[in-house]
Amino acid sequence: MTQLWAFLSLADANVRFVLLGSLLIGATSGILGTFAVLKRRSLIGDALAHAALPGVALAFMVSGSKSLPVLITGATATGIAGMLVIQFIVNNTRIKADAAIGIVLSVFFGGGIVLLTHIQRSGAGNQSGLDKFLFGQAAGMTNDDLKVMAVLSVAIIVAVLMLYKEFKALIFDPQFLQSTGISVRLIDMALMGLIVFTVMVGLQAVGVVLIAAMLITPAVAARFWTERLHLMVIVAALVGSLSGALGTYLSTLAPRIPTGPVMVMVATGFFVFSALFGPCRGLTTRLLRRRKNSLRERRHHVLRAMIEMRETHRDRNQFFTTELASELDWKTGRVEAEAKQLLRSGLAEYSAGTIALTPSGVAEGTFVVKSHRLWEHYLVYRDILAVDHVDGPADELEHLLTPDIIARLEEILQRDHDLDPTTIINIHDNESGYGLKNPGKIVS
Amino acid sequence: MTDIHGEWIILLTGTLAASSCALLGTFLVLRQMSLLGDALSHAVLPGIAIAFFFTESRAILPMFLGAASFGLITTLLVESFHRRWNVPEDASIGIVFTALFALGVVLISAYAGQVDLDQECVLYGEIAYTPWDILLWGDTDIGPRPIWILSSVLVLNLLFIALFYKELVIASFDPAMAISVGINATLVHYLLMGAVSITTVASFESVGAILVVALLIVPGAAAYLWSDRLSTVLMTATFFGITSAIAGYYLAGIINSSIAGTIVVILGLIFSLSVFFAPRQGLLAQFVHRALLSIKIAQDHMLLTMVRAAEVDSEYRSMSSQLLEQASVNSVVARIALNRLRSREFLQNTVTGLRLTEEGRKKGLRLLRSHRLWETYLNELGLQSDHVHEPADILEHYIDEQLQRDIDDQVPDREFDPQGKEIPPTS
Repeated sequence: MTQLWAFLSLADANVRFVLLGSLLIGATSGILGTFAVLKRRSLIGDALAHAALPGVALAFMVSGSKSLPVLITGATATGIAGMLVIQFIVNNTRIKADAAIGIVLSVFFGGGIVLLTHIQRSGAGNQSGLDKFLFGQAAGMTNDDLKVMAVLSVAIIVAVLMLYKEFKALIFDPQFLQSTGISVRLIDMALMGLIVFTVMVGLQAVGVVLIAAMLITPAVAARFWTERLHLMVIVAALVGSLSGALGTYLSTLAPRIPTGPVMVMVATGFFVFSALFGPCRGLTTRLLRRRKNSLRERRHHVLRAMIEMRETHRDRNQFFTTELASELDWKTGRVEAEAKQLLRSGLAEYSAGTIALTPSGVAEGTFVVKSHRLWEHYLVYRDILAVDHVDGPADELEHLLTPDIIARLEEILQRDHDLDPTTIINIHDNESGYGLKNPGKIVS
Repeated sequence: MTDIHGEWIILLTGTLAASSCALLGTFLVLRQMSLLGDALSHAVLPGIAIAFFFTESRAILPMFLGAASFGLITTLLVESFHRRWNVPEDASIGIVFTALFALGVVLISAYAGQVDLDQECVLYGEIAYTPWDILLWGDTDIGPRPIWILSSVLVLNLLFIALFYKELVIASFDPAMAISVGINATLVHYLLMGAVSITTVASFESVGAILVVALLIVPGAAAYLWSDRLSTVLMTATFFGITSAIAGYYLAGIINSSIAGTIVVILGLIFSLSVFFAPRQGLLAQFVHRALLSIKIAQDHMLLTMVRAAEVDSEYRSMSSQLLEQASVNSVVARIALNRLRSREFLQNTVTGLRLTEEGRKKGLRLLRSHRLWETYLNELGLQSDHVHEPADILEHYIDEQLQRDIDDQVPDREFDPQGKEIPPTS
């Protein structure tokens, strides 16, 4: 607890810097990740992160220095090289993008491992700083490193803000972008370039192996909260920076565990939470919606059955639940449960095994019946379905028809098929014209 | 144990791992599921780690079970995120495997020292220690454990491919047909994923989690550039895998580095060589093919120029510089084309310039016939007569006797092309 307090109080200047660094890394990768995921570039980010490893080793071998700007330069060089190789393979051979990504990822990484072990075994220097680049070690960042990272992150974020409109067009409407006279290729390259730099910023703290997750996971988590791009960028930045900070904190508690995997696990936690509870396509939202739909469907069925029974029973309004059950072909218990629901929402009176619609119940029921019949008539008269096939599919869709669609259906049927909207009768009851004054099919 | 003996064991281990991976990886590449293979080889790590902690040993069966179940979980999760949640496929692969790999690394780092499994083993593998990893049967030393494991896995993979060869082929190349002939494509898919998971684990100790991906994908991708026949691709891929295992071992000795790493570097080299030098698919072969084609086309155009001129003046002579200029292609190509026409005696040098020989005239007339037949045919298809020359100019080179007869049947009794020029008769 004292450790937590020491961390949260930010008493230690170094902790303050490390925390700030991880926040920046998380925010930057969340922001760029949003564009990367939407542009279907998630795994290219993974490939170029892996491709950065030989660059780190080469930069060290050439310069003998472990300073961050030197290593980042090397990493950027091989990262970009890896990206170009992927493009070259896809453009010039019949190897598809997925295999090209896998090839570059693994071969460059293998090259990096060869160089790292070579440096280690030849004793050309203390390699221990370099293998931190595999899985990341946030605590190992010096103040100078943090300055480099902070400058890069701020530059990246400013660049995204300046190019926001162009990136948005690149993702959602490249043709429009082209028509405004801006080169799509150029913007695409700018995006890829920024992704490269984002990966480089996170290299030391998160490591090459898992940095791609910091691009992908916060961005996908953000999608469960909003469908608007600018909000998604903000949420992804928040999720990213929270994962960065929390991950760093947790990994300082157990120094044996590298930072990268911990950050990724925290980000995954945010993703799982979002997938379960996010308002857009989240599991809970979808289950609730499904339940609401099935409740509405059941209510519609009962109301329709009662209105149709009123028609056949000369406007009698009170029915036994057993009658209703046999009409609906339901178990009586189910009808009773539904009757209680209707009672609660004021659509019906329900007592002692009998049920009667209230005026508002009649109104809603009439609308349901009208919707159902208009929809059936429409399907039959437009030759979409035969009269004896129309009940099933119509049943499923009619619950989704909104009042303005119903109004439009009525208008069309009146105009083309001479339908009398005051007496739309059950299409299955009348063999001589299905309730229309002029049953002749008019093909319009 | 002698060094020579140890060397053989390492080479055999590498060979076995490379063969198993290459065989399965070929199907991953062909089915465009390389990245799912990549994901699987990362995602099995927590399965292995958990098996370690439960059994506190490297017993193989729990490890296989752990790996196979995490392989299955990965496949299921990737699919459900993609299908149900509408997450782009690459992003859902990315989320699942990074999450599971991170979990694996955390587990291993947290317990590092308590079991003989560490970050190094995860990344580099321990192929160099294979000779000392002995399997005991009772108290008897029956040889290195990895060899037993990897050869059983290879046998299993060979059995799987042999038994499901037809299904794998059809499901790889034509999933729609697979469904229509009643092949359970989903079952084949999951079996393949299961086989990949198990192979990954078996190879994992030797080459490490990340480099397994290279053994899976690179040989198949390289081999796919060498042949169109699946059986040939499979054999070539295996050959590439084994070559890289052997060459990688010796390279590691020379540059004093990780064997797994050098194996992958050799694979990268093999792939690059294939990209450039594979027959037909290679960039060099394609360059040569294109160059030969443009020389042939330049020759055709020169003959056509001469024959057209000869229609007006049967004693027509052309200066070679003039002919080169009219060819309007790269001057080297034009020069080669002209030389070939001379050496094949289609054109003859005279004092007043180049002249068509009898052979050259016949060949030229055949080309002219082809050109004008195409023009006529294109005109019949509805193309305006003043628009048929350019396409016919391109198409004329791609026509053989049979096709010429076919077009002749399509436009019978024609003696003149749409521009009113005579179509030369067959000779």
